[in-house]
Amino acid sequence: MDHLDKLEHQSIFILREAFHKIERLAMLWSVGKDSQTILWLARKAFCGHVPFPCVFMETSFDMPELIALRDRLTQEWKLNLVIARNDAALAQGMNHKLGRVTCCSALLKENLKQIVEKENYGGLIVGVRRDEDPTRAKERYFSPRDKHMEWNVEDQPPELWDQFNTDLAGGTHLRVHPLLHWTEINIWEYAQRENIPNVPLYFAQNGRRYRSLGCVPCTFSIESQADTYDKIREELRTTTQSERSVRAQDQESEDAFEKLRRDGYM
Amino acid sequence: MTATEQLKIVIVGHVDHGKSTFVGRLFHDTNSLPDGKVEKIKAACERRGVPFEWAFLMDGLQAERDQNITIETAQIWFRTPKRQYVIIDAPGHKEFLKNMITGAASAEAALLLIDATEGVQEQSRRHGYLLHLLGIRQIAVLVNKMDLKGYREETFRAIETEYRAFLKQFGVEPTWFIPISAYHGENIARPSAAMPWHHGPTVLETLDSFSVAQPEQNLPLRFPIQDVYRFDDRRILAGRIESGTLRVGDKLVFSPRNKVSVVKSIETWPVGGRTEAKAGESVGITLTEQIYVERGQIASHETDAPIESDVFQAKLFWLGRQNLEVGRKVKLKLTTTEVECQIQSIEKRIDASTLNEMDPNARGYIARNDVAEVTVRTKHPVAFDNYDRLVPTGRFVIVDGRQVCGGGIISKGEYPDRREVLSGIKSTNITWVKGEVTREARERRNRHKGGVVWLTGLSGAGKSTIATELERELFQMGLHTYVLDGDNVRHGLSANLGFAPEDRTENIRRVAEVAKLFADAGVLVVTAFISPYRDDRRLARSIMKQGDFVEVYVNAPVEVCEQRDPKGLYKKARAGQIKNFTGVSAPYEPPEAPELVVHTDRQTVGESVAQIIDYLKQQHIDQDFAI
Repeated sequence: MDHLDKLEHQSIFILREAFHKIERLAMLWSVGKDSQTILWLARKAFCGHVPFPCVFMETSFDMPELIALRDRLTQEWKLNLVIARNDAALAQGMNHKLGRVTCCSALLKENLKQIVEKENYGGLIVGVRRDEDPTRAKERYFSPRDKHMEWNVEDQPPELWDQFNTDLAGGTHLRVHPLLHWTEINIWEYAQRENIPNVPLYFAQNGRRYRSLGCVPCTFSIESQADTYDKIREELRTTTQSERSVRAQDQESEDAFEKLRRDGYM
Repeated sequence: MTATEQLKIVIVGHVDHGKSTFVGRLFHDTNSLPDGKVEKIKAACERRGVPFEWAFLMDGLQAERDQNITIETAQIWFRTPKRQYVIIDAPGHKEFLKNMITGAASAEAALLLIDATEGVQEQSRRHGYLLHLLGIRQIAVLVNKMDLKGYREETFRAIETEYRAFLKQFGVEPTWFIPISAYHGENIARPSAAMPWHHGPTVLETLDSFSVAQPEQNLPLRFPIQDVYRFDDRRILAGRIESGTLRVGDKLVFSPRNKVSVVKSIETWPVGGRTEAKAGESVGITLTEQIYVERGQIASHETDAPIESDVFQAKLFWLGRQNLEVGRKVKLKLTTTEVECQIQSIEKRIDASTLNEMDPNARGYIARNDVAEVTVRTKHPVAFDNYDRLVPTGRFVIVDGRQVCGGGIISKGEYPDRREVLSGIKSTNITWVKGEVTREARERRNRHKGGVVWLTGLSGAGKSTIATELERELFQMGLHTYVLDGDNVRHGLSANLGFAPEDRTENIRRVAEVAKLFADAGVLVVTAFISPYRDDRRLARSIMKQGDFVEVYVNAPVEVCEQRDPKGLYKKARAGQIKNFTGVSAPYEPPEAPELVVHTDRQTVGESVAQIIDYLKQQHIDQDFAI
């Protein structure tokens, strides 16, 4: 078994545990490289099927390329697409110029809270990785959130030998993180090996490419010549830029991202 | 490009012995820090008016920056030319032992830090012992802060000697002892000029010498069933192969319960048609014969099946806030099995920091951070292996109050396999012949014996009242029990019988036969019939297995019974409306040697019931079945 096999089979095991244990399970599908990987792994885990709804958080500032891929795959892979949008906030004109963190709070965090409540989801599969950010480094594979969606990071139950904390108190839901042990390079190694569909924005055009995708106004492309999988991996091997440095909302204060995460952000 | 090999390492040690600083240095020396990270930390330090700390790199959370203690297990990555490393920075504070265990449980190798100025401390010893318990065999001990001791060899050797002796007590030989200064980067990525007396490798060289764990493909097959899928017309058994190799055409036995079937296909997506799957793979299979299989069962080959038992010895570590008392019911999770269990007894309590044995009888519970050797009893038999033989099926966790609160490894020991008792087949060379479920098997599952409590006495003596109350009590104690009385027998089974002596005899014979079947089914039956003739009762007794028949004489003088006359029968009998009424117009032959007599004219119903239950307990009717 090589390292990609190990990563893959561990993630399949986690997805299957989640599916068995959690009633009303859903996955957050951003159509970015991580959630594309999860979708692919789910089809492996469930023998070609995706047996839960795929929730897309629409902000109205979404990248058109992501929407196009979303709609194509929903058809081709027979996905149960659920679109979540905070219409109330949008009606009041919410946008990033009112403050990036404020905007994220309303159009993503609050939006998520609303859809979880509305659909009564018992668990959400989310594509976070430990290598993305120090706060994500502290995550568990199965991580409970209380009814305010808050994450009690100081007192998380132990998680050992692939025995996860799946017994939930009322009012909580579980975040499931099947890619927690993957790195950004792993994602690309695996995408290449498996030929997983991804938006072309990740590959360099005219000297620039996107490394991480969010809303149009808050995501920046980087200078890059990496227009193939091999070049992307080579670039990541030597880069000293962090992955989320291209996401503007993280840069507003020392702990901006941490605060968002505690309050229920992905 | 070659595939990126990955090794997971855990860094443990006493609080403040410099783990986070060490990791910060490691990152810096391997060029693994993102641009601006060091500047960001330096700026944050200046803002707070504290000196620069490498530790801030790992301590990503605000709370930790304030407290300066690594609270949660964090994982980060760095690379050497040889491979990629996943670092789990485990905290040293005693309060946070659960995080250390969470971190270490997933590691393939460990670095244990000891502060040269403080020497071996409580958590140094505790962590060393727990690493051993968690099965980590690749360990390097780093003696840190050597700069503060003038890089003196004596300091290093003294600590090495002391700690080596400690580890040796439970058979651990560290791969290396390395003197380092994390703050100054001595012996981390480069050999230390300040410590020319150290001839061993640097930390990075040591790390590169560790090997990556590979799933055990050559050990016996263990395929725990995780789920059964019916998304389409296939019925797929999903799970991860924990050890061994599985092939199409293999005959599999599913433990517990020992059903057998043959692998028809290995289901994979997007490309199918595989004929073989190996340890570490999460797969799905279909079977040729559709037998009932559910999550929690372990598939193996017939020739080498797991042990099946409801009792085993284990080494247990406990992290729960609430103590784990002997006899308290908690949940055990072993691979995909979940079963109610309890600690039956504590054989040994170990202080993990001194290895001193504490008095196991001093208290009937295991407290937070205790390590103990215990006997675990599960409500139903489970399939498992000795940890020394097969790791994934030899360990378990305990869930208390919805959280994982402890873990254990199943000790080496001879477990008489329950397979034989339960199904009449031997675990070695299993052949599923008849699958007869024996009475013993039922009794083991029920956790009590079957039998008959035969109440005899006059009408109005209190038999039905006692029977009803006794049944309720036994039921609440968790026993399988049932009352046979005139109400449920005379209207059906014996509807064709009257009250003439020969009819009474036949009625009692039928009741006795039915009671025997119930007893065989593992039920504790209570019968409430006048059963006036000694010969009839003797017959009933003779039908039963010896010891199964408990005759209880429900004794009250006929005057008392007649006065009670709950159904107005004495009145009717005196008036000649009922013929052959016992005590009035037919005889009652009191038992000569009943197991018990209850005097209902002098005792309350509760007292009579208690007397019967006491007797049953003396007879070990509800004993736990020892191996």
